[in-house]
Amino acid sequence: MTLLVPPAPVTPPVGPARLIAPDTGPSLGEHLARLGPLPRPTGDLPAMVTAAGVRGRGGAGFPTGTKLAEVAGAGESKYVVANGTEGEPLSAKDRALLTASPHLVLDGMVAAALAVRAGTAILCVSEGRPDVLAAVRRAVAERRDPVEVVVAAVPDRYVAGQETALVNWLSGGDAVPTSGPRPARRGVRGRPTLVDNVETLAHVGLVARFGAGWFRSLGLPEEPGTALVTVAGGVARPGVYEVPIGYPLGQLLARAGAGPVGALAVGGYFGTWIDPVRGLAAPLSDAGLGPLGARLGAGCLAVLPTDSCALAEVAAVADWFAASSAGQCGPCLFGLADLAAAVRWLLAGRPEGAPAADRWSAMVEGRGGCHLPDGAARWVRSALAVLGQEIEWHRAGGCGRPYRGYLPAPVPGGRA
Amino acid sequence: MKRLRLVVDPIACDGRGVCRDLLPEVVALDDWGFPILPAGPLPPEVVADARRAVSLCPRLALRLVEMTGA
Amino acid sequence: MTAGLTAALTAGQSKADWYLMRGTGLVALVLFTVTLVLGVAGVRGWSRPGWPRAVVAVVHRNAALLAVLFLTVHIVTAIVDPYVTVGWLAAVVPLVSHWDPVWTGLGALSLDLALAVVATSLLRARLGRRTWRAVHWLAYACWPLAVAHGFLSGTDSPSAWDRVVYGLCLLAVAAAVVWRLRQTGDWAPGAGRVGPAARHRPSPWAEPAVPVAPASPDQRAS
Repeated sequence: MTLLVPPAPVTPPVGPARLIAPDTGPSLGEHLARLGPLPRPTGDLPAMVTAAGVRGRGGAGFPTGTKLAEVAGAGESKYVVANGTEGEPLSAKDRALLTASPHLVLDGMVAAALAVRAGTAILCVSEGRPDVLAAVRRAVAERRDPVEVVVAAVPDRYVAGQETALVNWLSGGDAVPTSGPRPARRGVRGRPTLVDNVETLAHVGLVARFGAGWFRSLGLPEEPGTALVTVAGGVARPGVYEVPIGYPLGQLLARAGAGPVGALAVGGYFGTWIDPVRGLAAPLSDAGLGPLGARLGAGCLAVLPTDSCALAEVAAVADWFAASSAGQCGPCLFGLADLAAAVRWLLAGRPEGAPAADRWSAMVEGRGGCHLPDGAARWVRSALAVLGQEIEWHRAGGCGRPYRGYLPAPVPGGRA
Repeated sequence: MKRLRLVVDPIACDGRGVCRDLLPEVVALDDWGFPILPAGPLPPEVVADARRAVSLCPRLALRLVEMTGA
Repeated sequence: MTAGLTAALTAGQSKADWYLMRGTGLVALVLFTVTLVLGVAGVRGWSRPGWPRAVVAVVHRNAALLAVLFLTVHIVTAIVDPYVTVGWLAAVVPLVSHWDPVWTGLGALSLDLALAVVATSLLRARLGRRTWRAVHWLAYACWPLAVAHGFLSGTDSPSAWDRVVYGLCLLAVAAAVVWRLRQTGDWAPGAGRVGPAARHRPSPWAEPAVPVAPASPDQRAS
């Protein structure tokens, strides 16, 4: 859709409603009215993104500008892959972003593709989210971009969203992690591939318009910008909130309508259980959460109220971890199942669950082809560290609280 | 004198156990039969056996990597 | 008299050649049989005290290389034997031999496959697992061709001793193939080495992700 008359200059968004604006719909017209068109590439986008301090929002937090520069430097024809698969079950931010602001994500993909000189940009969404797929396909149909933009429906499993699994599947293989070079060196069909989370690319789409200085006007000097945070569990208003990085965690939970907090995990299933008292006083940043042993990661908060059995929730997710194994690595395939069994022993009041969980979480850590076993180990180990009281109650006969199923633990259907 | 480390590709490894047979003092097995390799350099006297293990691994899952840095 | 002696010597040499060719061929076949059986043992993770998996792997490899050695002598004696006209080309190209083209051709085909298997195995690290594995499957085609070549070549029928050896080799390979087929797909991880924890392992695929929590202190899960 071309504009015959140059629009009036658009003022950059003020305040934290950058990625998702509450009153703006997903259509191209509304997107352009709010943010203006994506400018023709004039400067060095990787340098601008580095100056802005954008970091990956898929969980790892790798500096985005560095990744852009690496892929831009490679020689042959390349690909850009936007990872919107959102395998972390607790996270809803990617699908919220793709339904509310698909064009911002697509802008970021196109800007990145032009910067690294890729001919094709592929937006990956889980096939288990037909509503999201429909929304992004509608958005792509509204546009005409200088690069080819494709939507891919990826198998609905956590491991399928891991970046080597994603490029392997896009190249015609199975959606399971592979050993070998990183996608930035050899990705889709052997070409250098930029793989970024959709939220990361949305931030790139904003930086390309409004620059590094504007991006840094919110957030912290070391961790600038805003972040989409999913609040899940037993709260009155669960959902996705956009906050400047460094926003007080307790304040966000209050906005989400949380009551008395029995247990709190930061970073989703691939994050860490933390002490709720210290957690409520902490800011939502890596620097603020570091002393509690956690990171902001993909920005998910799991809140369990005092009226639910936290240990049972932990056990359900431990089962999910075991069921999510790609089945390629022995320590993961067998170890995660045993780890889940150890948690169930604790749930049943059997004390041997604690040394078994310690032993097996240490035994699986770092020994898989992807970070699934690391996530499981961290989940169980941190839970046992903060749920000492609950474990004691179960030892004595039970905690008296029912399992409420606040934390989703969907059993993946079929093989990748 | 090169410092060499034995590294396993967990995706290729199927727990066949040939490496464990050849290097019992270096390779431990976890509770599920899969090799646990030391993070540090190999003692020089087992390097020859380690090369043999790399060559004989039925899944080509082992690699000898030179350790860099201090 | 010298002519007669020469003739007798040539005939004697030819006879020696002939027996050497037959003998090395048979030994090569036995060694390839051992190779195949140990190859299946390796894939099935078979081991015994005194036969650790590493030893199975090494003997498998050495038996193959020794078989190639005997095979080389077998082929060379066949070529230089004045009685049968098998040229160098016929050793590797099927059906070009003047003498007994079909059965010699099977031997040539078997040799081609064996060379491919051995060469790729020696270069395995460079070729990568998939390429190596794809070619290695040809071993199952190589062996029956060798047997057919051995049993059906030549004008004199196999001796009783030959029949016994061939029979035993056939039985061994048939058993090995059945043993191999009983394993679905590739190596089953953890097979034969599950520790005590694994026996209590809940199946991650079958069980639904709903835990059982005691609702009150009176109820206690066993």
